[in-house]
Amino acid sequence: MTTIEEIPAEVGKARTRKEDARLITGQTNWTDNITLPGLVHVAFLRSTQAHARIASVDLSAARSAPGVFAAYSGADFAAEQGSLPCAWPVTPDIVIPDHPSMAVDTVRYGGEIVACVVARDRYAAADALELIDVTYETLEPVLDMEAALAPGSPKVHEAGNKSYTWTFGNGDIDAAFRDAPVVIERTYRQQRLIPSAMEPRSVVCAPVGDEYTLWSATQIPHVLRVMLALVTGIPEHKLRVIAPDVGGGFGSKLQVTAEEVLALLLARKLGRPVKWTETRTEGNVAVHHGRDQIQKVRLAATAEGRILGLDVDLLADMGAYLMIITPGVPLLGAFMFNAIYKMDAYRFNCSGVFTTKTPTDAYRGAGRPEATYAIEHLMDDLAATLDVDPLELRERNWIKHEEFPYTTIAGLTYDSGNYEAATATARQLLHYDELRKEQFERVAASAPVRLGIGISTYTEMCGIAPSRVLGSLAYAAGGWEYASIRMLPTGKVEVVTGSSAHGQGHETAWSQIVADQLGVPFEDVRVLHGDTAIAPKGMDTYGSRSLVVGGTAVVNACDKVRQKARVIAAAMLEVSPDDLEWDSGRWAVRGDPDQGKAIGEIAFAAFAAHDLPEGVEPSLDSDATYDPNNFSFPHGTHLCAAEVDTETGQVKIRSYVAVDDVGVVVNPLIVDGQVHGGLAQGIAQALYEEAAYDSSGNLITASLADYLIPSAADLPSFTTARTTTPSTLNPLGVKGVGEAGTIASTPAVVNAIIDALRPFGVSDVPMPCTPERVWRAIQEAQGASPTTPAAATPASASGPGPNPDAQEDGSAR
Amino acid sequence: MRISVKIDGVRYDDDVEPRLLLVHYLREQAGRTGTPVGCDTTNCGACTVLLNGRSVKSCSILAVQADGAEVTTIQGLADGPGELQPLQQAFHEEHALQCGYCTPGMIMAAVDLLGENPHPTEEEVRDGLEGNLCRCTGYQNIVRAVLRAANQTAEVTA
Repeated sequence: MTTIEEIPAEVGKARTRKEDARLITGQTNWTDNITLPGLVHVAFLRSTQAHARIASVDLSAARSAPGVFAAYSGADFAAEQGSLPCAWPVTPDIVIPDHPSMAVDTVRYGGEIVACVVARDRYAAADALELIDVTYETLEPVLDMEAALAPGSPKVHEAGNKSYTWTFGNGDIDAAFRDAPVVIERTYRQQRLIPSAMEPRSVVCAPVGDEYTLWSATQIPHVLRVMLALVTGIPEHKLRVIAPDVGGGFGSKLQVTAEEVLALLLARKLGRPVKWTETRTEGNVAVHHGRDQIQKVRLAATAEGRILGLDVDLLADMGAYLMIITPGVPLLGAFMFNAIYKMDAYRFNCSGVFTTKTPTDAYRGAGRPEATYAIEHLMDDLAATLDVDPLELRERNWIKHEEFPYTTIAGLTYDSGNYEAATATARQLLHYDELRKEQFERVAASAPVRLGIGISTYTEMCGIAPSRVLGSLAYAAGGWEYASIRMLPTGKVEVVTGSSAHGQGHETAWSQIVADQLGVPFEDVRVLHGDTAIAPKGMDTYGSRSLVVGGTAVVNACDKVRQKARVIAAAMLEVSPDDLEWDSGRWAVRGDPDQGKAIGEIAFAAFAAHDLPEGVEPSLDSDATYDPNNFSFPHGTHLCAAEVDTETGQVKIRSYVAVDDVGVVVNPLIVDGQVHGGLAQGIAQALYEEAAYDSSGNLITASLADYLIPSAADLPSFTTARTTTPSTLNPLGVKGVGEAGTIASTPAVVNAIIDALRPFGVSDVPMPCTPERVWRAIQEAQGASPTTPAAATPASASGPGPNPDAQEDGSAR
Repeated sequence: MRISVKIDGVRYDDDVEPRLLLVHYLREQAGRTGTPVGCDTTNCGACTVLLNGRSVKSCSILAVQADGAEVTTIQGLADGPGELQPLQQAFHEEHALQCGYCTPGMIMAAVDLLGENPHPTEEEVRDGLEGNLCRCTGYQNIVRAVLRAANQTAEVTA
């Protein structure tokens, strides 16, 4: 007889992470740690020109340098390298230029690969790179999106500088703006960012016969395997891709890179294992960048502040080429500009523009931070125009708790949410009313250091994504996820997941889920991921999708295990399966709970397979592939109180409150960590970071000395709290948390700065809001109209002037 | 050049190129891959180790400069396998790491910080770790972990 033990729920517990044991002791398996017999090192020579024709590449001196096995230029790969893939042709007439891994005749951004050396070690390879002589015929760089679209602009590609125009809308936008009592019109700039995962990219490729194993610091081992096969023609079943420990991604490792393709081709050419690891300075020009949009937005409202219509016109900088989802990133924002608000009409128009800069692609939030920034900035601008409290204005427009499920003007059905609850909690934690009082006192006293409160009542579409929706948006792949449960004979459990963690803590969170689902101890579960030979299928990790989609696949696979176990348990107990009920890891006879078999006992019986019923497989192992029906919609209210020194332009975040509703929380420790890190990246966009180019098209923030990633001394402590409105769309009730902090925090911080400065007539400060830019904004506003507060300006006041020249005041520390 | 370095308690005698960075010597010649490289401008601090007990960014000094010295890496910090130094334990308990790439350097920098200032304030921890970048945690739990380790060490020695 087995005694029944109550197993407390694992989901919801602040479990410390299983992953940590190796990470805190230096036993981590980063790609760059891998050594193999006969391994040789690759170094890439990158274009020093933003735009040029390659007249010649002389490799002779490099080839005869000591320790050098080979040196190649683009011509050597022209026949086999194919074109790097773009998986999201957003319109039928989109221009997708050929994108060779190694440039053959033209370079289109500084950092594009033009040659490579393979040598016995990284020092020898770097030395030999110096000996390669490239002759360029310089062409005009194309650096400004608006100028790029003007007639007579130099062309990045023969087909021109526009890749596509994608439009979308609902409702009568002209009617909404016609006769609208209030129209706000603004231009916001989303600066270009460098994702900057702490682990630089690295790839190792080992050939054995005509089969290849490729290790890469990637977020997407499964997608990468498919793409490498399609690009190189090497059959997919001869490729194994492994993402070992991966040191952060934030979208930057959601890519099929030139270096991965070339490592594979070099391994094939040389018949020996090759390794390439980038330097940070190399990575800053070569890893895809994020954001970079010019947002022209118009909002029509009633005199009471009810939104009538929203009209969004975007220019999105693609950079020089389209990478895996480059053109689709703005589309992920297209459904989010309307955010949590009700309105009568919405129009979205986006043109993708080529420039001679590093290609852009997904960076944490991907399209949604851009949209959230614009709408939350606009809401504050509308509140200032109408002279109402910006929280009050939001409440007049947001979807009420009792209105869910609610289909938005953008056509998405939000299943659940409670904006009132999150906002009430945030107000209380920030001491909103007291701070407003202090703010007015400082204004009254003409204090040099002003206080501002920034608001961001955000939502996001996560759990990417229903495959049919992706298909309707012309994305090439689906959005499902895969999981497999292997019941070991001793009752231990292996969970195979197609999600590919790179810092998120899947090994811990998935163990908690499975412990509950199968009634086994947390310690008895092991999670396997990131190797196409072990986890054969997957769509990988990005877009806050792992828990929502991958976690549901795990739950579904566990359910199949239980159902298989039920049949075997019934045979063991000599009862009908219908007489059994599942309780705390056991199938027990209904009404006679002492008669039962624990999942471990059943697993051993399946393994021994002596007395299985006719036709029953001797295994409990089960797979599930889950395709969601809808996105998930986490939301929250973030409030930032910032002090702005109007004499120096210095901004200090005094307090930051993040109240997030991410649905059911599997592990609060992990969720808080995700929020903290997301906040840091969003705040960094608001205050510190910008990828800046000079007038020749050189990236002038190519090192961490010039690109300011905030340190511990640059960031405040955050106050985090949660409200919980479970998702109704998946069995766990989860919504995803990976991007929330980044999406919410950028507008909260910028709104706080502007809120402090509205009495000076300031209605925008371009990001990053460096002291110089803040100071300039004050001076310009004062010079233009020194005594007119923003609230008294005409309703249709236009946005800020031209973008400040990044060269003057880049983000150098 | 011939150098003799004690790394995590073991003496290594090696011929190295004069230009070889200490971090590359540790990783590629001595096989101590627990110390990663995060940048090439000494900004990120991922490669921080202790050199004769003081924290250094091992990408910013040459292997030959470590001749005769004692180097402690994250792999030699605890007393033995299965053991954790208080900072390692605190980083685990406070969830002070996500991807873990900055963690070895962050912990080694914190060892030196607490050596110099065993009872730091939050602000002193933030300033003291300014040379170590993390992209995942927003530093909140790193600061908590260092303060926790400081308190625990204080309790033990009290």
